[in-house]
Amino acid sequence: MIKVDFNIDKVRKDFPILSREIYKRPLVYFDNAATNQKPVQVLNRMDLYYENQNSNIHRGVHFLSQEATSAYEEARETIKTFINAHSRSEVVFTKGTTDAINLVAHSLGRKLLKAGDEILITFMEHHSNIVPWQMVCETTGAYLKVCNITEKGEIDIEDFKTKLSRKTRIVALNHVSNTLGTINPVKEIIKITHDAGALVLIDGAQAVAHLQVDVQDLDCDFYCFSGHKIYAPMGTGVLYGKEDILDKMPPYQGGGEMIAMVSFEKTTYNELPFKFEAGTPNVGGALGLEAAIKYVNGFGLATLAGYEDDLLKYGTEKLLQIEGLRIYGESALKTGVISFNLNKVHSYDAGTLIDKFGIAVRTGHLCTQPLVGFFGVPGFIRASFAMYNTKQEIDKLVEAVIKTREMLL
Amino acid sequence: MKTTIEEIEQQIAGEFENFEDWLEKYNYIIEMGKDLPLINEKFKTKQNLISGCQSSVWLHADYKDGLVFFSADSDAVITKGIVNMLIRVLSGQTPEDIISSQLTFIDEVGLKEHLSPTRSNGLVSMIKQMKFYALAFQTKYGA
Ligand SMILES: Cc1ncc(COP(=O)(O)O)c(C=O)c1O
Repeated sequence: MIKVDFNIDKVRKDFPILSREIYKRPLVYFDNAATNQKPVQVLNRMDLYYENQNSNIHRGVHFLSQEATSAYEEARETIKTFINAHSRSEVVFTKGTTDAINLVAHSLGRKLLKAGDEILITFMEHHSNIVPWQMVCETTGAYLKVCNITEKGEIDIEDFKTKLSRKTRIVALNHVSNTLGTINPVKEIIKITHDAGALVLIDGAQAVAHLQVDVQDLDCDFYCFSGHKIYAPMGTGVLYGKEDILDKMPPYQGGGEMIAMVSFEKTTYNELPFKFEAGTPNVGGALGLEAAIKYVNGFGLATLAGYEDDLLKYGTEKLLQIEGLRIYGESALKTGVISFNLNKVHSYDAGTLIDKFGIAVRTGHLCTQPLVGFFGVPGFIRASFAMYNTKQEIDKLVEAVIKTREMLL
Repeated sequence: MKTTIEEIEQQIAGEFENFEDWLEKYNYIIEMGKDLPLINEKFKTKQNLISGCQSSVWLHADYKDGLVFFSADSDAVITKGIVNMLIRVLSGQTPEDIISSQLTFIDEVGLKEHLSPTRSNGLVSMIKQMKFYALAFQTKYGA
């Protein structure tokens, strides 16, 4: 991708919310791993849809319905290109990552999985990539196995190889950890898993806004992500699945759109990807997601990753200068996520005070309760960066953390 | 006459009146949070634990001469500071008064955000549990 000029002042102007004041201070938004903010380009696209094009898709022959349908399918094409899927049939629109994982887990649970089979996940999964598998284990009698991680917050590959067995049917893991920021060696893991004859699902919720994802190069069987973590609206998301695998899977939900013929005796299902898209989809949201991808592509993910990496290095260095501060997630390969604690300070106390400086950080278990147990802490304080953050904002965070520490110790 | 719940609430609201900004206010809450002990270690049991996602609270209750006495603790200092105020207000009161208390001082001193159910720090459940204890004592020993 061509490197473009990255003008941070201009970028910040694209995000209206950044001009807000919180407690009479300019907002510093460092909760990007939870959801990031939306540029006007995305907001305008959704406005345009509802002001000009709103119509139900795939159903009407009338002009607007045709136009909305084409726009929706073009959005699918944009996403296909963005993740380099082989065909549009492999791109299923969902409500988000959680929805995509549930789709796969429940559909496979209906056909592929049986008692005694094993599902392998890792210790650093988000609850969204734990609970759906536990539910499927309950209904099928399959077992959930968990691969260990190291103190540095990386997957223990040797342990992974040990736990991967002939009984393993599917491996599900995140591309990037939302708590540790670790970029996992998914390509290597996918290769090892395929050699063992199992499928791989990658939870890419924390990856797509920060790394260029190429599903064909990775060779994963499924890849899931949420729109709202890549500058797009909430309630949008994508499940990528290899066509031949999706083809064999039974539908997850029944309803309109996903059928070919319905009679009370027998219903036949629509072709891919519609088989997995029951009901009226979030068309405006999908168009917002397309606009977000175009916006990101305008800079190039490599440019954004470089800029954010600079923030990560700066933030890590500055925060570590604070006495008694420990960072969780010390991998050499990380996205802009810094989870930390202050010695003897409870994350709830720290979060409450940092908020008063107008700084949005996340505190608590971050939807990764096993990691809270692993590190033996009541919770974490997490600052996570996006393309619009600056070093000056990091300085404000550092100042707030120092003040917070003084107040609490 | 013993001090009523409303009178103690007013006292606390008065203490907060002089604070110029949130820093002073929170410094005061943190001081109260460090004021120990609020509970006998032997009562910090699993049974008495109220777990929130963000912080946790332990609560113990005794009944003596028609009055309910509370002791409590939290793993977070700010939560503990607020716990301390709640105990100041509700401990040593009659079950009837505890059950009907409104606890408006929390809002008055600008700490309402800590009682939002989504905050999940154990405080909302703790107040519920305090009233529940009062009700249980009232049912068991009441006239
Ligand atoms: C790694 C990871 N997986 C899954 C999810 C769930 O995403 P969503 O809530 O958008 O479905 C998140 C979001 O917090 C996440 O960070």
